[in-house]
Amino acid sequence: MHIEIRSENFSAWECLAAYEQEQAAQQHGKYGATAVFVGTMRDFNEGDDVTVMSLEHYPGMTEGYLKRICEEAESRWQIQDSLIIHRVGDVLPADAIVLVAVWSAHRADAFDASRYLMEELKSRAPFWKKERLVQGNERWVEKNTPDPGAEGLGKDI
Amino acid sequence: MTIRVKFFASLREQVGVSEREIGSDGINTVEDVWKEVTDGMTMPANVLIAINMEYVEGGSHVADGTEVAFFPPVTGG
Repeated sequence: MHIEIRSENFSAWECLAAYEQEQAAQQHGKYGATAVFVGTMRDFNEGDDVTVMSLEHYPGMTEGYLKRICEEAESRWQIQDSLIIHRVGDVLPADAIVLVAVWSAHRADAFDASRYLMEELKSRAPFWKKERLVQGNERWVEKNTPDPGAEGLGKDI
Repeated sequence: MTIRVKFFASLREQVGVSEREIGSDGINTVEDVWKEVTDGMTMPANVLIAINMEYVEGGSHVADGTEVAFFPPVTGG
């Protein structure tokens, strides 16, 4: 399990490759499925053009919450390993915001656990986005878009 | 003795406080903490509250020496 908050832009795919390299010694041959989610910044939101987004978190609580949901995922599904990297600071369109990866023996557990992590992260992990619009004004993003497909998957812990 | 209070994101801007220490005398619940720091501002219905970095419900007891945080709905990911 690895949780990381980054304040600089990162390549999700390079991080993933580097992490797989590191874990290879213990996990190599143990998993048959890797589910990966990468969230990137859009240059539009609610009909407006967005130029930059500032991400804030609650140092300490955010990391603790992410660790807790990874532990919860490990107890609910048969998974070998999990990884969450999340950006804070100023993010530009097309920059990665979040990387979630889950390794499991089988695809169902990898898909379900990664979906669970993303839904819990989006609904309860202490992060906040403020976006700057092309006109120069700023506004807080007030809520995340609900994902109807994920209904009933997450639960408060 | 003291209680450390933190506000995040839009609530920090509305209240005008990022972090403050208050005396714990007369403080029983998270609502008491809110009143002490916000100078009569109404607590938003959708506020999220944490004590020592764990989510708690409204009405929760605040012990001396703890950290209490108030923040709006989260928007990460």
